[in-house]
Amino acid sequence: MTDPEEMTHPEKSEAHLCAGGRAASAPLLGHDSEPTLFELSEPGRRAWQLRTTKVPEAPLEQLLPEVHRRGAPPALAEVSERDLVGHFTRLSHRQFSVDLGAYPLGSCTMKYNPKVCDEVASLPGLADVHPAAPASCSQGWMALLVELEEALCAITGMAGATLQPAAGAAGELTGLLLMRAWHEAQGQPRRKVVIPDSAHGTNPASVTLGGYETVTVKSNARGCIDLEALRSVLNTEVAGIMLTNPNTLGLFEEDIVAIAEAVHEVGGLLYYDGANLNAILGVVRPGDMGFDIVHLNLHKTFATPHGGGGPGAGPVTVSRHLASFLPGPRPRRVDPGVDGVGARYEWTTPQRSIGRVHSWHGNALVLARALTYILVHGDDGLREVAERAVLNANWLRKRLSGTFDAPYDRPCMHECVLSAVSLKRRSGVRALDVAKCLLEEGFHAPTVYFPLTVEEALMIEPTETESLQTLEAFASACDRIVARAGTPEGAAEATEAPRTTPVRRVDEARAARSLVPTYDTRR
Amino acid sequence: MGGYTPHTKSEIASMLGFLGLSSVEELFAAVPPALRLAGGTGLTPGAPEPDVLAHIYDLAATNRPVGRDLVCFAGGGAYDREVPAVTRALASRSEFVTSYTPYQPEVAQGVLQALFEFQTLVARLAGVEVANASLYDGAAALVEATNLALNATGRELVWLSQGVNPSWRSVLQTFAAGTGHVVVEIPLVAGSTHWSSVVPGGPVAQGGAPGVVVVAYPNYLGCLEDLGEARALCDRTGALLVVAFDPICAGLLRSPGDWGADVVVGEGQPLGMPLGFGGPYLGLFACRSTHVRRMPGRLVGETVDVDGRRAYVTTLRAREQDIRREKATSNVCTNQTLMAVTAAIQMGWLGTSGIAEVALRSARGAHYCRKALLAVPGVEPLVSAPIMSEFALRLPLGADVLIERLADKGFLAGISLDDTYTDARRDGLLVAVTERRTRAEIDSFVDSFTKALR
Repeated sequence: MTDPEEMTHPEKSEAHLCAGGRAASAPLLGHDSEPTLFELSEPGRRAWQLRTTKVPEAPLEQLLPEVHRRGAPPALAEVSERDLVGHFTRLSHRQFSVDLGAYPLGSCTMKYNPKVCDEVASLPGLADVHPAAPASCSQGWMALLVELEEALCAITGMAGATLQPAAGAAGELTGLLLMRAWHEAQGQPRRKVVIPDSAHGTNPASVTLGGYETVTVKSNARGCIDLEALRSVLNTEVAGIMLTNPNTLGLFEEDIVAIAEAVHEVGGLLYYDGANLNAILGVVRPGDMGFDIVHLNLHKTFATPHGGGGPGAGPVTVSRHLASFLPGPRPRRVDPGVDGVGARYEWTTPQRSIGRVHSWHGNALVLARALTYILVHGDDGLREVAERAVLNANWLRKRLSGTFDAPYDRPCMHECVLSAVSLKRRSGVRALDVAKCLLEEGFHAPTVYFPLTVEEALMIEPTETESLQTLEAFASACDRIVARAGTPEGAAEATEAPRTTPVRRVDEARAARSLVPTYDTRR
Repeated sequence: MGGYTPHTKSEIASMLGFLGLSSVEELFAAVPPALRLAGGTGLTPGAPEPDVLAHIYDLAATNRPVGRDLVCFAGGGAYDREVPAVTRALASRSEFVTSYTPYQPEVAQGVLQALFEFQTLVARLAGVEVANASLYDGAAALVEATNLALNATGRELVWLSQGVNPSWRSVLQTFAAGTGHVVVEIPLVAGSTHWSSVVPGGPVAQGGAPGVVVVAYPNYLGCLEDLGEARALCDRTGALLVVAFDPICAGLLRSPGDWGADVVVGEGQPLGMPLGFGGPYLGLFACRSTHVRRMPGRLVGETVDVDGRRAYVTTLRAREQDIRREKATSNVCTNQTLMAVTAAIQMGWLGTSGIAEVALRSARGAHYCRKALLAVPGVEPLVSAPIMSEFALRLPLGADVLIERLADKGFLAGISLDDTYTDARRDGLLVAVTERRTRAEIDSFVDSFTKALR
């Protein structure tokens, strides 16, 4: 069979020259720091313009009793619109992003964010709806939320959902409170939650806030849960287990069926941390693995996007026996109409609801973006996402296996965890230095020093949206970095990287020691 | 599906070949075959963007947004405020939109500096020394504030004014199931928190000394309470004072810090975010510097790089979940950074004079509107305390009925008050007026309101 497409060979050393994901060409005009908004401020300057209202101009004294009035308006900043635009545009030039280049930050799923979702989020028919508008004025929103709930249930193999949690950690805590309410309803409150030693930090932090004690179970030599170790901590005090599958090493928990059986046998529940759901979309569902509660990170898996650190969305889906505990109010389709026409929606609160977990209905515009992403991809497209994410990660794992150590040298899922232990021993160059050198090469760094179970960890998640050329360029950059570390001068240079970024390595100790959290705290 | 993945067929073949595999299915060898989905998820196949957009447009068309369709007099924590083109344009720059938590400060100075400026602006509004880089929403900020206060005092009792937004109180009760905190709600009398009901001999059950006293300013009914009383209560009991404030009203009002708040929380939506059916919004969190090491979430600090240039970095990281795990001050990781950046831009646009002007115009509109509505036969004030830009009325009929009638006339009349405020008759209506409401809109609203009550 002949294919018109030109074959690209990973061995091609010049491939990085045409990689779209490398940002080393990003223009920067200088190395001065950007003044703060406060330093740009000039008394008397302004940007604001407000509507002409013709409302009678009652004097302030008639409106507010003196005891409630400020002495002077709060000093914000006084800038022109032009200065405001210049300032924040220059700040944006000091910021790496997915749109600029590859961002293989392990565990964070920094995939390309389709622009169509931005358009959806700015539609007046969605963006300008008041959250307290009566149901008669928000039927479209309620239909959208129900459609998303149903899609997330289909993807995870669950029976009911809440869209209220605003991020993954909020979803975790919601899930743990569901677990607590369920055990209490069985008349058997419990005290402990089991998590593996490779878990994200949010898991144990959420366990504490859920009123439980964390029991850590160690991983075996294959990087998975040690089944015997797990069995030894399971008893009727255990409310459940929180698992990420594939786990934070990018490895599928092969014993998941036995794990589920063991936990269920003592009356515990299984909680699925959806951080790594991207790996298994359309391939296998948490519900089929035996999980009872699932949270999803829509900003990761469904590209809603990450917003510099949020907003996210952390919906929770649950199996049938937990649905009556879900947070409320939930949107519900009370009349399906005919072919969707004439459908009617109402708010309802589940019978044994744990209560609200958000001021309103969740990060609604994020939810609308996620539904759009899901509909564009569909059943086939979501599976393709998982396939290509896993393909990319494995290709990179193998390609880099001679460059770094591979503590778990077998096929991975959507991300791979490598280690710079040998490099450090040989040259003194650490995972942190590799990360900083990669910034200089025009890539965002992988996650480093996580999971905690791997020394000098480099956790790389290329995602499905990076091309083979970008992967090769990234791998070539890693090769160059390691090769340069071969000489004492090169190794010394690596510890001084990056040199070409807006700032170089920052003094984190000083930031914590002499804390300056606001402009007014500066000396 | 869309063209978001770049792989050509030959590239896939070549990559599989490099891995020694003959099919994509083999990539999933670690997944037990019995668990694998045979028939797909049941979702429809992927559709092209224009088709999906058409579907979303259809859904959006069955909503009634504020603007031309509905003139907005609803608030309750979500306000129809002026958001200029410049805020939307800057906040939608993809460098801010498509980055993540600034783990690599050398390439994240844009977000870090914007957050540093946000923290400064919020601290100035709140009148305390330090603010964090955001939480999910007002409710989440309240939950974190009570956690901070109860950790600081080693107590478990919360005295919570019913002047605090009912949804936030509900969220606090939900999370108290996990922490074991005891929340005692203190009723309003005539629009102000009836603190004397919790002093010895009062009607509300005691449970020892409170670790935290929570009050809203303005409160949910739009009223301005004398916070001196709450402060004195804290001084007497050793509790910390948490004040829930509104960042726009703060343009005119005495700051919570000036009243003696230890922690200040708020909903940041009025600082440049669209109504968006309730999210994404912005949890504001500020406190006295003495509590900075107990703060939840991200905090950005100024420092220098190795060349001595000014630089910013997330700091006091040892508080956070990825370092401290089960002993962290909070479980928050992803927060609402893009909303914080948006708020920094909006506060830059408003400036010192603008925030005061927006607050003043809102207060003028509210007082004008309230006076006119109170002249409508059958309408009475629900409470008597002074108000700022939102107010509560008692109607001669159920508020939900009036809201539906006025929606037919093109007005979102307000929010129906729950029975905390109005007993079972549900005849209380909460009306908000912002700087965007014109005299003509208010006059027309009052006219339709009068007719709807006939």
